[in-house]
This record gives sequence, C-alpha cells and structure tokens, in this order.
Amino acid sequence: MTATDTAPIYLDYAATTPVAPEVVQAMLPYLTECYGNAASRTHAWGWQAERAVEAAREQVAALVGAEPKEIIWTSGATESDNLAITGAARFHRQRGDHLVTIATEHKAVLDPMRELEREGFTVTFLAPEPNGLVDPAAFAAALGPRTVLASVMLVNNEIGVIQDIAALGEICRERGVLLHVDAAQAVGKVPIDLTRLPVDLMSFSAHKVYGPKGVGALYVRRRPRVRLAPLIHGGGHERGLRSGTLPTHQLVGMGAAYRLAGELMAAENARIGALHRRFLAAIADIEETYLNGDAEARVPHNLNVSFNFVEGESLLMAVRELAVSSGSACTSASLEPSHVLRALGRSDELAHSSLRISLGRYTTEQEVDRAAALLRDRVARLRALSPLWDMHLQGIDLNTVQWAAAH
Amino acid sequence: MTYSDKVLDHYERPRNVGNLDTAAPEVGTGMVGAPACGDVMRLQIRVGADGVIEEARFKTYGCGSAIASSSLVTEWVKGRTLEQALAIRNAEIAEELALPPVKVHCSVLAEDAIRAAVADYREKQAATSAI
Repeated sequence: MTATDTAPIYLDYAATTPVAPEVVQAMLPYLTECYGNAASRTHAWGWQAERAVEAAREQVAALVGAEPKEIIWTSGATESDNLAITGAARFHRQRGDHLVTIATEHKAVLDPMRELEREGFTVTFLAPEPNGLVDPAAFAAALGPRTVLASVMLVNNEIGVIQDIAALGEICRERGVLLHVDAAQAVGKVPIDLTRLPVDLMSFSAHKVYGPKGVGALYVRRRPRVRLAPLIHGGGHERGLRSGTLPTHQLVGMGAAYRLAGELMAAENARIGALHRRFLAAIADIEETYLNGDAEARVPHNLNVSFNFVEGESLLMAVRELAVSSGSACTSASLEPSHVLRALGRSDELAHSSLRISLGRYTTEQEVDRAAALLRDRVARLRALSPLWDMHLQGIDLNTVQWAAAH
Repeated sequence: MTYSDKVLDHYERPRNVGNLDTAAPEVGTGMVGAPACGDVMRLQIRVGADGVIEEARFKTYGCGSAIASSSLVTEWVKGRTLEQALAIRNAEIAEELALPPVKVHCSVLAEDAIRAAVADYREKQAATSAI
C-alpha cells in the first residue's frame, strides 16, 4: 500500500473549499503593504484600498451580469440572506406582511423567516416536489396580495438541485413580489446572468468558490430599485446598507476567486460531470441505493445518496477516510433527520441513511474510485449488522411494522 | 463527533453479531427503537434450563454509539441470570462507553432491549408451560 491508498479524501466541497493558490497570492499584499482603509479619502493608502475594493466589486459583478453598484459586501451568504430577507420585509412592512419560501432552503433563509414570524409576518414554507424542484404553479398559488417577498435558492446545498429561477422570477414580477435568491452553492457551477434573470436580491459567498471564508456579497437590483432596511448601522459604508470597515484582502480574494470561477466554469463542469457519472456507475450495483434530488436538474458537484437500511452517522464513522457529510442531522446533536430530505417526502429510513458527497476543483478520478470502493465495502459491513436489512431480505415491509419505542 | 476508544473498539469489532432462532422456546427476542428515530436494536438471548443466559446476539441499525451499546450488552448479559440481566442500568452502559449526553439515548435503548428480550422469553415460557 502506498501513502495515497490510505490518505484521507476531501469530498465535502459543498461545505467549503480550499482557497485557490492564485487567490491567496492576490490577497497577500493587502494584508501587509496595502493596508489602507478604503474609507480613508484623504491619502494614498485609502485610495489604493478603494481601488482594490472596487476592482473586486467589478469582478464579482462581471461573473453574474450585475453592475458593480449593485454589489454590497457582507461577511458571507448567511449575512446576505439575513439582510435581503429581513431588510426587504421590514422596509416594505406597510405594503404587506406575507413571505414565501421553500421548506428545503438553507437555515440562513429559514431562520430569518422564523424571526420575522415573531415580528408578525406570516410565512408560507412551500414543499417542493419529491425531486426537490419547486412546482411553478404551486409557487404562484402561494403568492397573495399581502406577499412582499419570496426566497428560493438557485442550487440546493444538500441535494444540489437547480431551481428554475427564471420561471419563478417571472411569476414574482407579474405579482409585484420581490424575489431573493441564495446563490451560494451556484456560483461557478451554473451561469448566472442578472441582466436577464428577474431576480431582485441575490446572496453570494466566497468560500464555496475557492475564496476566503468570512466574506460574501448581496446583489441589490437598481432598476427597478430594491429598497432595504439595513441591519448593521455605523459609518454608512456600502450606501448605508452595511456599515463596517471593508476587509480589503478578503474582498480582493473574493474578486479573484470569482474571476477564476468564470474562467474555469465550463471546463470544470465538464470534468466534474464525468467524475459524477463515474461515481454513480461505480456504486450502481449496490442494492437499495437512491440518489436524492432530481437526476437531471442538478449540479454534477453534488451526490446525495441514501443507502437504505444503513444509518448515516454510522456510515460516516465507517468511512472515516472520506470527508463527507451526513444528511442525518444526528451529527449536530439533534435526532431529527435532514429537513431537506424530509421535505422531499423521503421515508425516515432513507432520510436517516443519506450521505452528501460533493466534488470539486481538486477531486481526482483516483479519489472517486477509492471513495466508491470504500462505500461499497462499508455499506455491506453495516448492512450485515442491520436488523432492518434482515427484515428487508425477508420481504417485510417496514411500514407495516409496529415499532416498540419512540426515542 | 468524537468517539471514545471503547465505542470505536465495539464499533470496529462488534461482539456477537447475528441471529438466534426466533421460534425456539429458549430464545427471547427484543426489538426496540424505530427507523424514524434512527435507531433499531434487536437483541436475542438463549436461556439455559438453569435460567442463565448462555448466548446473546444482536443486530443494530443506528449510530456508532448505538452499535457499541448493543454489542457491549451482549457481552454483559452472557452468564447472568435473567434477574441479573434486568439489573443492568443504562447509566452503567453510558459510563462504560463514555457516551456524551446526546448519545445517552443509545444506552437507554440497550437497556430497553434487555427488558424486551427477557419479557419475550418469559412470555414464551409461560405459553409453553400453559400447554
């Protein structure tokens, strides 16, 4: 065995990505020589920082078809989601008190929505179809005369499905409802053109795209102008929408990462698409294995797979050589299975049995092959331990069983 | 989640995995938990004429701590009388395996599995002697 046969494999690119070496190089001078504050308008240090910040803003805007002035820097997609949803809802409180989102959204969308419920808003949490996609007719039906904002993510973080934002945005436009889109998992994977997409607010992250952690952006449309109530008050930075000294090196990193993403997207998608198919082919003969989320409308980077009759956390433990995440939220101290898989109507067993494998820029064929071989071996081992697998082999339908305890 | 060495040991080398003959009168089977909760344990005991547990087997669907708890219990009940087996408390299991608070329910389930297996055995015996 060589070292590479036992080396751990990172397959959790949807959680975060390494900062690309090119991005690190771009950032470094802004930590040392060019340390000025972009808000210092009176000297060269400030002007230099401001130039760097505006160049980065242009790079981010260019990747998504926005104008630089429409990009507001934040600390990450979570803050962007909070600012977009809470900011728009509060600003338009007089106009309406109803919000619409999807049950499979990220917690950074669901939790601000819940917070707004406590402020007196009513929120509709729409269930997607079993494939994870939102039915436009059901979405349209959820919008009412008091609806001010809807929030739908472009690419789902757990199951990788791509929503038809163009269709949902048209519906919102017709009904005079603002549309916010969390695009944290979409950047660099699906082309985004905000000159065409009818979207009012869009959240971005740097660290999902080989940029640094702790920085993100919110797109705020200027024509027609979208108004927000700011959450963070202070020096009036970012047109008063987000106060706080701009972290020049972080923004330069995000700009560089987005520029790279634009350059590499087509080639990377083709390469990762091939890896995705290779992985699926390698596990195709493991019985009772289910791909979660639509097979076509998804980014190839995401493989969310349920291995029926095997519990997700024990599977994670069995494949400790792989850095992947479990759809089963047992790992986060709550005993509930993934809210996303439950919203798809997956059975409890399948929801508890899922792994999210996410491929990225540095994933190799060898890594994919080893991961598939490990999974095949460990799933078989755990099934040999599983009373549910026994029952399945005996032809017992688990839904007809009277279970003894509810812990 | 970090696991104690004992959990890892039972997880990697689970003791007494398997099935006993469910239909046999000297075998008691306990199945506890539910797929909805992410854990199902099946514990089986074979009881000798002297009332001592001669053999125990388990199969568990659940996290590593659930697998370790049931594996440990098969070792502990072997050689004990039914009353001694019923005296095993979940706190002892949790302590032996150094389970963190969020995993204590795994030890509770293992204790429940012992009770269920003993109850099943006793029910069978009562049915047999009634004939």
